[in-house]
Amino acid sequence: MLESLLEGVIAFMLIAGGAFAFIGSLGLTHLKDFYMRLHGPSKTTTLGVGCTLIGSMIYFSLHDGPVVQEFLITIFVFITAPVSAHMLAKSALHHKLKPDASTRGNPEELESEKPKHTVEESPQGNSPLP
Amino acid sequence: MIDIALWIALALFTAAIVLNFYRAVIGPSLPDRILAVDTMYMNSIALIVLFGFWLDTKNYFEAALLIAMLGFISTIAICKYLLRGDIIE
Repeated sequence: MLESLLEGVIAFMLIAGGAFAFIGSLGLTHLKDFYMRLHGPSKTTTLGVGCTLIGSMIYFSLHDGPVVQEFLITIFVFITAPVSAHMLAKSALHHKLKPDASTRGNPEELESEKPKHTVEESPQGNSPLP
Repeated sequence: MIDIALWIALALFTAAIVLNFYRAVIGPSLPDRILAVDTMYMNSIALIVLFGFWLDTKNYFEAALLIAMLGFISTIAICKYLLRGDIIE
């Protein structure tokens, strides 16, 4: 009874991990500019790898005692993925990659790249032309 | 039940690696390619763990841990190189 329940949990973890990783890579392929592309993989593949590793940990713990080595990899991946995403964002800002028009936010590193909004004075009343 | 789930997960991770490779080939800028390779090593960790799952052996943890550490360090080194033009100052 417990064994079949745990098998269901393992199967769910494996499929959830694969689905997360696939959705993240789909976002990496299909989104428009680098700043959109960055957030897809850096969130979802972390979760995908974590789910797969936890499923594997439960599976190997079923047969011969508790196994914790996989949890080590999970913690390592959870710590290091935000750091590498931060470094990638910094290097993209350093290279001044062009953001898409629908990307929100206006970081000061990209100020010179965006078109300036100049308010033209409307010639009302004192126009030289008749 | 686990067998079917294992095959589905293997297929999804393989498709994910193919998509990462596509982005690494067409990526318009350098950080795009670095991001694609970074995601690719992340997915290959899961693929190696699933391979160990399939063979029912625990001998592949060390390989996965090594790939995780070296991939992180190489990503940080390349980003540092892009930022400063030097890795160790």
